[in-house]
Amino acid sequence: MKKLLTPAVFCLGIILSACSSTGTVEEGTGSVEDRNVGAVTTVTPTSPRSAALAALRDPNSPLSKRSIYFDFDSYVVKPEFQSLVQAHGRFLAQNPDFKVLIQGNADERGSREYNLALGQKRAEAVKNALLTFGAREDQVEAVSLGEEKPICTDRTEECYAQNRRADILYSGEF
Amino acid sequence: MRGFAHHLFHWRLVVTLLLATCAALPARAQLTVEITGAGGQRIPIAIPYLAGEELLPTPISQIVGQDLAKSGIFQLVDVGLLRLPEDQIPDYANLAVRGADAVLAGSATVLGAGQYEVRVRVFDTRRQVDLGGILYRFTPSQTRATAHRIADFVYEKLTGIPGYFASRLAYVVKQGNRYELRISEADGSNSVPALISQEPIISPAWSPDGTKVAYVSFEAKKPIVYVHELATGQRRVVANFKGSNSAPAFSPDGQSIALALTRDGISQIYLIPVSGGGPVRLSRSSAIDTEPVFSPDGRHLYFTSDRGGSPQIYRMPASGGAAERITFEGEYNVSPDVSPDGKLLTFVTRNQGRYQVALLDLQTRQQLILSDSTRDESPSFAPNGRMIVYASEFGGRGSLFAVSTDGKVRLRLSAEGADVREPAWGPLPR
Repeated sequence: MKKLLTPAVFCLGIILSACSSTGTVEEGTGSVEDRNVGAVTTVTPTSPRSAALAALRDPNSPLSKRSIYFDFDSYVVKPEFQSLVQAHGRFLAQNPDFKVLIQGNADERGSREYNLALGQKRAEAVKNALLTFGAREDQVEAVSLGEEKPICTDRTEECYAQNRRADILYSGEF
Repeated sequence: MRGFAHHLFHWRLVVTLLLATCAALPARAQLTVEITGAGGQRIPIAIPYLAGEELLPTPISQIVGQDLAKSGIFQLVDVGLLRLPEDQIPDYANLAVRGADAVLAGSATVLGAGQYEVRVRVFDTRRQVDLGGILYRFTPSQTRATAHRIADFVYEKLTGIPGYFASRLAYVVKQGNRYELRISEADGSNSVPALISQEPIISPAWSPDGTKVAYVSFEAKKPIVYVHELATGQRRVVANFKGSNSAPAFSPDGQSIALALTRDGISQIYLIPVSGGGPVRLSRSSAIDTEPVFSPDGRHLYFTSDRGGSPQIYRMPASGGAAERITFEGEYNVSPDVSPDGKLLTFVTRNQGRYQVALLDLQTRQQLILSDSTRDESPSFAPNGRMIVYASEFGGRGSLFAVSTDGKVRLRLSAEGADVREPAWGPLPR
């Protein structure tokens, strides 16, 4: 479901940023009436946000990657995910009005309650890494879905590996 | 350990087999009060029709017989169409010849105004002793509950320990994206949904008086602990703090709930009053602490922690403080439950990649694996400590299983087209 949702949000983002850039163009070439009502000032604060959103959704940016995968029964952020977490931590530091929710997940084997705690630990590990790279405490919330919301339901190691995951979701994406 | 196929039988089949074979088998066990325990032999018992049973909405003798047969401690002796009112001395010699060490005599009468009365009496046919009788008055809707209470009466008279047939189970059924918390009789029959949700429900836990169930519901998109009054359907949030709120367990006095919260960062164990109020932190580790459960005397909490590097079961004073490690075999031991006498611990252990129900004698330290399956979860003791219900799977689908603590009796409870999981065995009604 999440895989389907993300492109939908992505498309919505494009539409929204398309709308706001249209607005910007109108300002530049706009009519005298528009200038007179002073609508220009209300649009300005969203411009950096739009640029930031565009960066978040640029498939070539490390920021477009939102999932951190973990080893079995582990909540250590592996070295290959350091650059991803660093990019998001720096992004949050540079964009203090952005907030993220980190959802920790676990594969289905073993205790549901232990897996809930494990998912929380994974989310907290990502949160702590984001804080290390400059995010503020009040920008980041860590929650766990345990093994209750698997994105893959096959009984294979590949599938389990996909479910041992923490997702970074920006405000408006969840 | 019995073969794998043995525990795949549906209980009906087990009962049918018992009924079919017991008449042909000679009585092997003498009736003694100490028959319980590992390797105890089954007590051959005759459950004749009650005199006047045809007046009842449901045949009570049949339910009593099924309960006793499923316990694995009794073997039903076929006595055909015999009727034996409780106020007559049984034909001991005839019953002994048939192989019955005990007999349940009884009669039913209609009191009028939708009220019935059943009187029963248990006799030891070998020693030719009257072991005692009981009388129940009930309405048609209480017929099955009355039958279960009679079965519990027989069980206690013949084994010296209470039965569990009048207790109830709580469990979760998942069908597609629909989750139901269900309450049923001890054998899984007559289940009723207490909560229906589009989001996961986990970890039901009974109050000691059997009137309430605490559980974790994700209905608000995160795990929150609720307490649910079964009779009224009224429920209340007891823990909705930052992060996860989960793994509730009632204290033996019913006044508090131990649970796992992540409000301080990682999963730790807290105590919270059922009537409302702030949580008190009990565990202080830098690791995962979860799945608390009280010892029956209320003095200790058993819980799961990975403070030693892998998840193991620990025990600490119920007021918090230093914890001692309880499990040592293997690298994954989780989901503890303590027997009502406080002597046994059941939990899930990972054994060569398979997750199985284990039983640890807390005094002798002897450990036994009770299942042959690979995906066992959430073991929970019956109120008399002789059976354990747990979740596993059958045919790729979540099902409930029950196993006796000696590993001999096995039952399976499954639902058509649905996953059944998260069982919690409730107390006997007071």
